[in-house]
Amino acid sequence: MSHYEAPIREPLVLGDKSYHDITEDIAKPIEGAANKNWYIAFYISLAAMLWGFGCIFYTVGTGIGVWGLNKNIGWAWDITNFVWWVGIGHAGTLISAVLLLFRQKWRMAINRSAEAMTIFAVFQAGLFPIIHMGRPWNAYWVLPLPNQFGSLWVNFNSPLLWDVFAISTYLSVSLVFWWTGLLPDFAMIRDRAVKPFQKKIYALLSFGWSGRAKDWQRFEEVSLVLAGLATPLVLSVHTIVSMDFATSINPGWHSTIFPPYFVAGAIFSGFAMVQTLLGIMRKVTNLEDYITRMHVEYMNMVIILTGGIVAVAYATEFFIAWYTGSPYENYTYLSVGAATGPYAWAFWSLITFNIITPQLLWIKKFRRSFTITFIISIAINIGMWFERFDIIAIVLSKGHLPSTWWRFEPTFVDVGIFIGTIGFFFVLFLLYARTFPVIAQAEVKTILKSSGEYYKKRSEQGIPTKPAIVVANTVVKKEDSDNNLNG
Amino acid sequence: MYQFSGKLKTFSLALIILGVIGIAFSFYNGSQKTIEDAKHVIEASSNDGHGGSHGESQNDGHAIEAPKADHNTSGVHQNVENVDKTMSGHGAHDDNSHAEHVLHQLQNRPWSAFYVALFFSLGITLLVLAFYAIQRVAQVGWSVVILRVMEAITGNLLPVSILMIVVVIASVMHLNHLFPWMAEGTFDPTSENYDPIVDGKSWWINSTGFVIRSIVYLLIWNAYRFFIRKGSIKEDTANDGNKTYKRNYNASVIFLFLFMITETTMSWDWIMGLDPHWFSTLFGWYVLSTLLVSALTVIAFFTIYFRSKDLLPGINDSHIHDLAKFMFGFSVFWTYLWFSQFMLIWYADIPEETTYFVARFTEYKLPFLGMVVMNFVFPILLLLNSDFKSKPWFVFIGGIVILAGHYIDVFIMVMPSTVGANWFFGIPEISSLCFFIGLMIYTTLRSFSKANTIPKGNPFLKESEHFHYYNIEHSEEGSADHH
Repeated sequence: MSHYEAPIREPLVLGDKSYHDITEDIAKPIEGAANKNWYIAFYISLAAMLWGFGCIFYTVGTGIGVWGLNKNIGWAWDITNFVWWVGIGHAGTLISAVLLLFRQKWRMAINRSAEAMTIFAVFQAGLFPIIHMGRPWNAYWVLPLPNQFGSLWVNFNSPLLWDVFAISTYLSVSLVFWWTGLLPDFAMIRDRAVKPFQKKIYALLSFGWSGRAKDWQRFEEVSLVLAGLATPLVLSVHTIVSMDFATSINPGWHSTIFPPYFVAGAIFSGFAMVQTLLGIMRKVTNLEDYITRMHVEYMNMVIILTGGIVAVAYATEFFIAWYTGSPYENYTYLSVGAATGPYAWAFWSLITFNIITPQLLWIKKFRRSFTITFIISIAINIGMWFERFDIIAIVLSKGHLPSTWWRFEPTFVDVGIFIGTIGFFFVLFLLYARTFPVIAQAEVKTILKSSGEYYKKRSEQGIPTKPAIVVANTVVKKEDSDNNLNG
Repeated sequence: MYQFSGKLKTFSLALIILGVIGIAFSFYNGSQKTIEDAKHVIEASSNDGHGGSHGESQNDGHAIEAPKADHNTSGVHQNVENVDKTMSGHGAHDDNSHAEHVLHQLQNRPWSAFYVALFFSLGITLLVLAFYAIQRVAQVGWSVVILRVMEAITGNLLPVSILMIVVVIASVMHLNHLFPWMAEGTFDPTSENYDPIVDGKSWWINSTGFVIRSIVYLLIWNAYRFFIRKGSIKEDTANDGNKTYKRNYNASVIFLFLFMITETTMSWDWIMGLDPHWFSTLFGWYVLSTLLVSALTVIAFFTIYFRSKDLLPGINDSHIHDLAKFMFGFSVFWTYLWFSQFMLIWYADIPEETTYFVARFTEYKLPFLGMVVMNFVFPILLLLNSDFKSKPWFVFIGGIVILAGHYIDVFIMVMPSTVGANWFFGIPEISSLCFFIGLMIYTTLRSFSKANTIPKGNPFLKESEHFHYYNIEHSEEGSADHH
């Protein structure tokens, strides 16, 4: 890759930073002590998490009947939350894998946190397929293990089984991808550590990384291969999640556009969550020079793009539902029935938060404003939750037979578990922000001299950003003169 | 500047003339078909039909024609009955109306052959334009040296748009039977051709709307092409602090916004409308993906050609490698969408959707499965290797298979609906292909000769000239090319 960069591109690292400054800035939150605000946030999250765990134990101990489900609406908050959390996780892989394939340098300041978000979100998502089971203690039956029932096997035709493979593969690949990228950064913390215990921990975590040329070469090859594998993976995971619905024959669920449309929605909501988290993190960890306005704007552009794709998909769904000529479609998702029925509030929340609000980002001033971005990102997260709720609950509430029409009311347990997962997510994320290098320093250092503000200015003035490469031929070597070595 | 080579001019004109002669012959031959010919075809196939696979495929032929032939049923259940009738054989059909239907299919053949090649050519050109707009909007650094190549290919847009308008008008004027809903009496409850399902969709499916929409799509695309070509040439000499560049950027954003909508509706009108009873929400993006891969391949072809003539200074194997990566990536993406659509319809097996694939799977089995091999297995095996992707001749050979595979894809989207079981790859298809290949070569080279081969004023030009992907060895270049 060329090191020349067009002057028209905005800098990605602000200020007059050296390699050492980057190290200092990124290591600071790990090496310092947590402040009061961190503890307040942590305890609130912990309380929510414990409350959620209580609700989960209550459900498993008492029975699924403590939720608001009924015999017609067998999926509601559980699967809504599942799809929502999986969707959030997708932006992390997109940022680290797809943007790597597209050689987007701006990903470097955000990929670490986005991947952390992926992993923690997939943890939350992974809870729901287990706890929404009637008999979660038999959950291991979904695995194709040889057994004493005459080798009773699973049926590979169910998308719910594909989910098992998709989510577990997704989690493991994301984890490996993330950890590989962390090795040089853990090594950096290890090398700086003064306390023996800390040194020991980070020595363990960094797997003896010593940063030799051969290691770096393989490191880059592995990253590229993993990015190439993670990209189809990220598409297929949410595709398989979407097939939970699209393979059915329910009007409103059976739709061929679901696979790409769910993926676009996942990137949309995932990026919104990255905006929410990084909007706070850049402030509290003083990383404003790395997560700049430019980064926020780029992410907003991805949000407009994926939001646009989602909007086209809604329009398509709406149009084709009418175009089918099937009267059943009219009662369901995104059609006249949904917009005017008992769930009209949920439908219009979706339209408002997902389609209308993000359009504000077309305005450059809004797109570059941290406050407005933060507000819109939260709106999108709410809107995307409603999207999944609408798809699931509205469709199930009005099926083919009018005698099965019913409504869904959540109980406090439904809500409690959802709040619990949010708490759990933030517990993990807060711990991560205190112990992990939240920005991939090794990567940011590779773009400092091409995309750093200071160096960009220098190269515009014609001052070289790097010492000139000296072609040392034998004659020069023998003379061994200092005059021949530039800088 | 590039001088349109005399040899290629002759070659492309020869292709065009050959194509015109072949097309004229096919139309002459097609219009000569009579009801007697149709009866011969039916008889021949029912003689074959005493057993064996051919009889089976003839039976299933009715699944496609049935929606038009059955007019007494209503609602979505009609398709279910069609399938039942297909199972029970020929009995339900009146001999003459059946013969008339087969006659229409026979007469459709030259039209369909022309339409497939036309749509493929138009779609490729359009997607080159869209890919070009994406390069501008995404401020892509590496591809600047080949922007003029993409611009040149879009020179094909205007002539194919005009031909598209001609076909659209001809269809509305009942000169062919491509779109079954255009048949006389489809919307008239007193007619025996009355089709309540299509009538229920008349808000969208009607001749006036169809023509207006078609013109609007083509106008939008051509307007952007016209504007951006002018703007791009202006950029070369503008020197106005990137003002022209920014205006081009904004125009590309607007175009992509409109493109995303018009591409979807275009595929409903021009392709999905061939089967007015069938629907799939994914269809628009599926069409998009097939055209996108083909467009990338065509870009790679012309880039490789111009490079071999030393017309693109600054281009190296890394650029070819990037194009091949796109060809590879979007081949997989096409497969993803193809499989998603196919699998979801196969899995749920709802009769009114399944008929689409039943017809294709039984009557077009070889091309249907063959294209999956050509569009997926072939590229994924051959273009995975980084060294292979940077070899121009290798990319060229791979590209030929990809283009052929996606031609078959469009063929399978169109033919089962228009000619049914009476398909063949013969003079009408080959001459239409010749015509449009010749046209594309001619318009592209002509367009390429009218401007600098490199967009000199583009702010990212230097990035593109210095572009070097780290693991490409540039085997065919001198060491002087390394930066």
